[in-house]
Amino acid sequence: MGADTVTKPATRTTAQARRAIPPLLLHLGAAIIALVLVVALTLATDPFTNLRIATVGYYVLALAGLAVLTGMGGQISLGHGAFLFIGAYTVGLLVIHAPSLPIWADLIAAAVAGGIAGLLTGAAAARLHGPYLAGATLALAVGLPAITQRFPDFLGGSNGLSFTVNSEPAGLAVPSTRWQAWLVWLTVLIALVLLANIARGRLGRRMRSVRDDEVAASLAGIHVGRTKIVAFLISAACGGLAGGLQAFLLGTAAPGSFTPALSLSLLAALVLGGIGSLWGALWGALALVYFQAWAEDVSDALQLPTPVANNLPLALYGVILIVITFVAPHGIQGGLRRLGALAHRTRGGNR
Amino acid sequence: MRRSIRLGTVLAAGTLVLAACGGAGETGGGGGGKPASGANATAGVTDTSVVIGTHQPLTGPAAPGYSKISVGAKAVYSYINDAGGINGRKIDYRVEDDGYNPAKTVEVVKKLVLQDKVFAIVGGLGTPTHSKVIDYLNTEGVPDLLVSSGALMWDDPVKHPMTFGFQVDYTREGKIQGKYIKDNFGGKKVGDFFQNDDVGRDAQAGLDQFIKDQTVSRQGYDTANTDVGPQISALKSSGAEVVVCSCIPAFAALMILTAAKLGYHPQFVISSIGADPATLSGLLTQFAKQAGSTVDGNALLNGIIGTGYLPGVGMADDPWTTFFKKIHDKYIPGEAFTDTLVFGMAQAYTFAQALKLAGRDLTRQKVVDAMASGQIAGPGLIPFGFSKDSHSGYTGALVFKLDGKGKETVLRQPQVTDRGTGAVTAATGQRQTPDQVALVSG
Repeated sequence: MGADTVTKPATRTTAQARRAIPPLLLHLGAAIIALVLVVALTLATDPFTNLRIATVGYYVLALAGLAVLTGMGGQISLGHGAFLFIGAYTVGLLVIHAPSLPIWADLIAAAVAGGIAGLLTGAAAARLHGPYLAGATLALAVGLPAITQRFPDFLGGSNGLSFTVNSEPAGLAVPSTRWQAWLVWLTVLIALVLLANIARGRLGRRMRSVRDDEVAASLAGIHVGRTKIVAFLISAACGGLAGGLQAFLLGTAAPGSFTPALSLSLLAALVLGGIGSLWGALWGALALVYFQAWAEDVSDALQLPTPVANNLPLALYGVILIVITFVAPHGIQGGLRRLGALAHRTRGGNR
Repeated sequence: MRRSIRLGTVLAAGTLVLAACGGAGETGGGGGGKPASGANATAGVTDTSVVIGTHQPLTGPAAPGYSKISVGAKAVYSYINDAGGINGRKIDYRVEDDGYNPAKTVEVVKKLVLQDKVFAIVGGLGTPTHSKVIDYLNTEGVPDLLVSSGALMWDDPVKHPMTFGFQVDYTREGKIQGKYIKDNFGGKKVGDFFQNDDVGRDAQAGLDQFIKDQTVSRQGYDTANTDVGPQISALKSSGAEVVVCSCIPAFAALMILTAAKLGYHPQFVISSIGADPATLSGLLTQFAKQAGSTVDGNALLNGIIGTGYLPGVGMADDPWTTFFKKIHDKYIPGEAFTDTLVFGMAQAYTFAQALKLAGRDLTRQKVVDAMASGQIAGPGLIPFGFSKDSHSGYTGALVFKLDGKGKETVLRQPQVTDRGTGAVTAATGQRQTPDQVALVSG
């Protein structure tokens, strides 16, 4: 899983050197490099590609949160879209009703709101296992967006909320989608640094031990229920922040965007990317955003009849998911790591 | 370790504070709201072609029925292009699927504007969806023409100068329905079955002007939930003898099936957005089949009252119906010829008229001026409301009744009204035939 791979003898010295650096600095450094890469990428591409890059950003965060819960904590959630929903509405409502708050305060509020919802869900869910937990979280994804119908004046009913987020500092003359991509990725990378540190630290170890064997974990003095609730809290806060970023990016929060299908596709994307690792979140997010777009372009180019063309992207996605699960059970990241190990071994053998 | 965490947090917070000092909800100040620049005035236009785009629900909850609108539009553009195009330019029509998901709508519209560089968005479908891009399109100066929704917000020339409606708005239609019910079913109990957004809200604002005292029950539905049993049961137990359905085809069909299952047979009055007999009958058969029974879709529609503003498929001798049928037979013979298909065809035809009126020397502003010129008399049964001060589409509707065989009988000739409290009056003026408009030679 992510950071705790077994180190190979050949890399002992570099690994030792890496271990000498505190993990926080290591992760911060990686995040700064990533941010520089993203900025370079946005400068080299057109405004619409910038929007896609930003979209990948908030999906990475949502999937990373899910990876903490499912990959690290061993709990399944079929309702992660509900936390995105909460985050998006938090930002939407704050932008509309508290216009003087800056966007970073709105985003923090979105993460907090998501976290509170996660805490409540976690408290209920910690008692549940397997299909019962899946069912309970799915109910959240199905039921929560319907709350907009209860308060049509406040939450906008089926139409949801529509707003324009003003965040660009005066005097900065870059296309708005480019600025948005920067802000989204800055936020995402800060959150990822925190997540990576949690994964490396005491809490991460506790979560993994609860995942592997609850009895053993509790014998070792770990409070199983509390650990599970904290996993839910962290995961939901990431979901809330991701939803908030989506609202910031698209200027909308509407129930039609947070259907159960979103929650299911998030989980599927994570399985595709590699469920136990934060890198898996990146591959999953890329698949979510780009695979769909490519499949649509392909079906357009093939001039297929409409009913086929409309369902082709989903069908292709399903096929690829099945193939990946067979070929690389740990997702794209698992496959990549295995390839890396293989290449390493052959190189070592030649020497 | 502790200290470095604290340092990191402070650094991160500092960066964020620097990044955004202004309030997120405050307008102006930022570089986001750029005015339309002159360079974009001819985006998507070449000597031989013009690129336009639209967002449509090809998949998702609104797809049953509505996915065919762009099919009809495409056929008309093919017809126009085969006859040499408009002012020497062929129309390149790009359809993006948004699945009726507002977040996806924002994405695909930005794709159309930023990547495909479309000249205009034509017939973007849906209130929850299109309301999320209207500000963006107006800020970017992209003509946003003939929106496929009857919401009132498209008609706001001051705030949204680039946006024009198409359908009759839900309030006008509600007034015409309300008056018809008051005149013909006076004193009877009325129930409302409506979509839980401005479709329902605006329609009731119109209905209430006439039949507020007759209304005994109001039941809303949400497109995400296809179980309408509770609502129809409530209408039945309220004793409503007339049920007004302000709903999309999928939910009109669900209502009819659920009522039949409950043995409830009120007089249904369905808005134009749902009252397409061919589409409804197809959906009824399909839904019943999914539930494991067979029904005769058309027979279930017998006696239903609807409102409409376009020549329906059931009006076989209307010159426009004949005209569209000819295009249908040539370009898309495999598709069922439905009112929904005709909707897309009429919309495409109307846009082509505006494009022609804008002239060979095409700019975005010229096509907007052409729309507002008041010279566009489309295939509809009712005049458009387009002028300098109004961007409202069709200004009224006629009332018709379905028989069990897919035919329509007109109960009340075209009526027009305003979106306020003005009177409902008979439409005046002569309709033009396709030959008189003579869009293309061919």
